[in-house]
Amino acid sequence: MSDLTINTDLARSILTGFIHSETTRAGFSKAVLGLSGGIDSALSCYLAAEALGGENVLAVRMPYKTSSQESLDHAQLVIDATGVQSMTIPITEMADGLINKFPDMNSLRKGNIMARCRMITLYDQSVAFNGLVVGTGNKTEILLGYTTLFGDSACAFNPIGDLYKTQVRQLSHALCIPEVIVSKAPTADLWAGQTDEGELGFTYADVDKLLYLYVDERYTPEECVEAGFERKFVETVVARVRRFHFKRVMPPIAKLSNRTVGYDFLYLRDWGT
Amino acid sequence: MKVKLALAQINTTLGVVEKNLEKHLTRIKEAEAHGADLVLFPELSLTGYVLQDLVPAVAHKPSLEDPVFKELLSASRNIDITVGFVEEDVRSRFFISSAYLSREKVVHVHRKVYLPTYGLFDEGRFFAWGDTTSAFDTRFGRMGMLICEDFWHISPPYLLWLDGADVFLFMSASPGRGLTEAPQLSTAHWVESINRAYASIFTSFVVHCNRVGYEDGLHFWGGSTVYNPDGELLAKAPLQQETLTLCELNLNDLHHTRARLPLLRDERTALVQREMNRILSRDGSASGR
Repeated sequence: MSDLTINTDLARSILTGFIHSETTRAGFSKAVLGLSGGIDSALSCYLAAEALGGENVLAVRMPYKTSSQESLDHAQLVIDATGVQSMTIPITEMADGLINKFPDMNSLRKGNIMARCRMITLYDQSVAFNGLVVGTGNKTEILLGYTTLFGDSACAFNPIGDLYKTQVRQLSHALCIPEVIVSKAPTADLWAGQTDEGELGFTYADVDKLLYLYVDERYTPEECVEAGFERKFVETVVARVRRFHFKRVMPPIAKLSNRTVGYDFLYLRDWGT
Repeated sequence: MKVKLALAQINTTLGVVEKNLEKHLTRIKEAEAHGADLVLFPELSLTGYVLQDLVPAVAHKPSLEDPVFKELLSASRNIDITVGFVEEDVRSRFFISSAYLSREKVVHVHRKVYLPTYGLFDEGRFFAWGDTTSAFDTRFGRMGMLICEDFWHISPPYLLWLDGADVFLFMSASPGRGLTEAPQLSTAHWVESINRAYASIFTSFVVHCNRVGYEDGLHFWGGSTVYNPDGELLAKAPLQQETLTLCELNLNDLHHTRARLPLLRDERTALVQREMNRILSRDGSASGR
């Protein structure tokens, strides 16, 4: 029914070709990415290093004071294995500059601030290193809107955004990314013990199968229920996909003229290259 | 009679005709140096594929007065060429076209008759629909050209077959999609399957020239192929790489296969016409265009 298995050799060659093409045609030879210690950024890093050469990739570790040592250690494993250049820029000071002004700030606001501090740091390094920012968001989190707008979703291009988390794991295995990274529970690492699956209320393995039917196979929600998924689960996921669509599109521009960016001024980003 | 093909499986620069023309001229020379009789380029090889609002800016007319075609026609002195381009007609309608050039003349122009406008495709928004599928005579016999979606439908190849085409030249800029466990994408598998089927059913040569490279997130897979009238694979270009793939067709194979398997001889065209008339005149017929 939902077979998410992919040919990893084919995926690897298409995705490294994509990274190379999108980087060089924009006039660059280098890339920058944030390395959290998790599987998604590890995979992007492996692919970027293969596409551009380790020396042309800058992996940036950006811990906040509550980030775990384990995350830093796992990121180091990726740096060592891929031979990429690396840098550690703690974001505590810049994030706390804002956070400390609001003593009652909730964890959602704090998390968003951290994600956006990391974005600022990466785009600054993009200029300093003369490289494009490589995205690290997967298809599951993009569809569920489990990202911070203008934060972790910000990038020049994204090689792994059409791979469900399940497929990210499969490709990561094939690329021999350290098992400790592939098998650990995904987390935004905002506080001790936080996990994605705990926050979302379901597992990636389950939601990927459902999303595959609903999005890729174009099943109606009712057909997803008939296929064996719990109605409540289907409704929750379908509602999330719709509710967070705003994170997946450019902000709409109010149309006044005969030709408006976004509606009838249509060019690919790769225009002229 | 033998004819040596060169399939120029190239990448293109999006919307920069001069740069793409330069690549064409280089590949044509290379094919000529290899003794090729005919060099094929993919769909929209002079412009790139996802043109959107670039369409009017990259359009050309296949004639000696056109600076781009002037160079291509001059290059066709000793080798025949098919080239993909945006064609602007006298009334400024824009078509996805492929031209067959030979001995400094435009032998034939095919305008894409099926413009996919669904899923990731938006051709119908930017282009006019071609209205004919006709075979044409070349110095190597009668051929027919189709462009990508044209041969995803069964009728254009069938019409070319009835119109006398023995060599089918199919051009594509096919964005890859459908990653599964299989070693090639679903699109690549599908295109290979139907081309093999056409070669077998029409007991004809089927040549498919696809492009490679990326445009934004789209990836063009390459894997150009040549099948003989028995449906056997004669040549296959690698996936994803720019290459010039050479393949010799022994046109006598048409005789060999059709002597054994007279599908063309036995095709009941008058029956087809009668039934088409009946079906299309029926109330509530699904036919539209």
